[in-house]
Amino acid sequence: MTPETLDQIFVTTKHLLLGYVPVALEPIASAILSVVPVLLAFPLLFAITTVLERKGLGRIQNRYGPNRVGPAGFLQPMADGIKSLTKEDVIPRDADHLVHFLAPVVMVLAAFLAYAVLPIGRNMVITDLNAGVLFFFAIGSMVELAVFMAGWSSRSKYSLLGAMRAVAQMISYEVPLVLAAIVIIMASGSLSTVGIVEAQSGFTFGLPHWYVFTPWGFAGFILFMIAATAESNRSPFDLPEGESEIIAGYYIEYSGFKFALFFLGEYLGMFATSGMAITLFLGGWGAPFGGLSWVPSYLWFFAKLLVIICCFIWVRGTLPRLRMDQLMGLAWKFMLPMTLLNLITAGVWHFMPAGILRWIVCTLMVVVPFLLTSRSLKQGKTLQVRTYRYAE
Amino acid sequence: MVGVGILKGLTETARNFLGSFVRKDRLTTIQFPEERAPRIEATRNFPFLVYDGEDAMAGLRCVSCFICEKECPPKCILIDKSTDKKPDATGKLQFYPAQFQIDISVCMSCQICVEVCPFDAIKMDTTFELSTQDRFDDLLWPKQRLAKSNEYYHQIHPTEAAAVDAELAAARAKAAPKPAAPAPAPTPPAPATDAVKGSST
Repeated sequence: MTPETLDQIFVTTKHLLLGYVPVALEPIASAILSVVPVLLAFPLLFAITTVLERKGLGRIQNRYGPNRVGPAGFLQPMADGIKSLTKEDVIPRDADHLVHFLAPVVMVLAAFLAYAVLPIGRNMVITDLNAGVLFFFAIGSMVELAVFMAGWSSRSKYSLLGAMRAVAQMISYEVPLVLAAIVIIMASGSLSTVGIVEAQSGFTFGLPHWYVFTPWGFAGFILFMIAATAESNRSPFDLPEGESEIIAGYYIEYSGFKFALFFLGEYLGMFATSGMAITLFLGGWGAPFGGLSWVPSYLWFFAKLLVIICCFIWVRGTLPRLRMDQLMGLAWKFMLPMTLLNLITAGVWHFMPAGILRWIVCTLMVVVPFLLTSRSLKQGKTLQVRTYRYAE
Repeated sequence: MVGVGILKGLTETARNFLGSFVRKDRLTTIQFPEERAPRIEATRNFPFLVYDGEDAMAGLRCVSCFICEKECPPKCILIDKSTDKKPDATGKLQFYPAQFQIDISVCMSCQICVEVCPFDAIKMDTTFELSTQDRFDDLLWPKQRLAKSNEYYHQIHPTEAAAVDAELAAARAKAAPKPAAPAPAPTPPAPATDAVKGSST
């Protein structure tokens, strides 16, 4: 079996199966055969991620984490799933029943729709839209709708507060998220995700042409990942569901399987934005070294995805939650100027002749504003031991 | 510079993460059903009734004086006093609890019953794996289930039990010579009743 056949095994299997389908049913059968593996693979990844996350966070805090169900605790998601399925589905009496029911469905639907344009491997994308990146961000903002539906329909102060926080945060961070992605569209001249991955294929001295290995690409990647963390409501930006303040935020009135659906939607959204970051900055399914191109492309995609997920877990185990004003300040005072400057840097990079000079100029264009902005944000803020007026 | 603190934090958590795989002393968790922490001597959970001698029901120190029942804050103790007297472990005639029940689902482990008992008849146990499928009969304990030997008491709280035994022995030594030393012939039953009254007040 050659590396090519192994790489294309899913594509050839699909075409083989399509051969048995009558011509009239071929479009719908093709769609089903493309969608079902995604519907299976990513929830499975969700299950693995939950247990990895709990074990990883445990180790960060010098604990074992779950280690009872199955070998080393890796069947814990099964136990969690059975638990959430058998739990009672409580709906508040005053809730808007229809919207309350629809919110988790919309959440998961929006998360799954985003996978339509993610190239998981070579020739492995559900639809190669010529405006794929645009579609991705348009679908991504559907999550806000689901969050607000959940918060509003529950008729609870906590869930409404959580939803307001979530919507404010997600809309604020959508701006830097999209602006950070625009540099890639400028560089590759394509809105199609497949086209962007192809623009990053090819190697110089065994190193790939990923956009992350340029000054503006690196800055864009960092900014994109910060915005992605905030978009997926993960720590340190988990104010919408801050356990210590508003208990669970917008999904406080959900129980049983609907609660699990919110969890699923949140993680699927995180995987989707991570997958988009891989597509835009990390060369999609491309191998990181010239000599490793024989490894199947989809394995590279999932390896990169797992690395990003581990970084997410690491960050979650490290940073405390931001305050609301710090959160908004970061989005509007730091991320927005930096992403706008990054657009100019990408333009300068494009119009300067290739060589060491454009590296120096573009690196300075990224580093100097970063230092200046961070210094100006720090101005007037002195860290000191907090004194309490009444508590002591 | 902004970001240095974040990097410091990230290295710290990474060190914790990797260190927990390398060094066992970092992981302080005790894997409970397989491993057990050494029990602290002052541990207390639910009360039990102490008995002396071999026969649990005959050797109960309890004389059903109702003090613990009256003092119990959540009212989890129920005592029925016997109508007759039976000899206890020392051979003395005593009232005994015809029925002694503790509802351990109500008990709040406050130890007040232990503190008020003048006979050192009720003490705190240390067992804690008491979960059960039957929330009625398995949580309402009769005296048969509550009775535990003095040796068991020595086993779980050695220091405290030794002190109690010394105290009881001193009290008995004080009470015993009374009928023996003067030994006046005309009034043999009087000291005996005094001794009974003296110990039951």
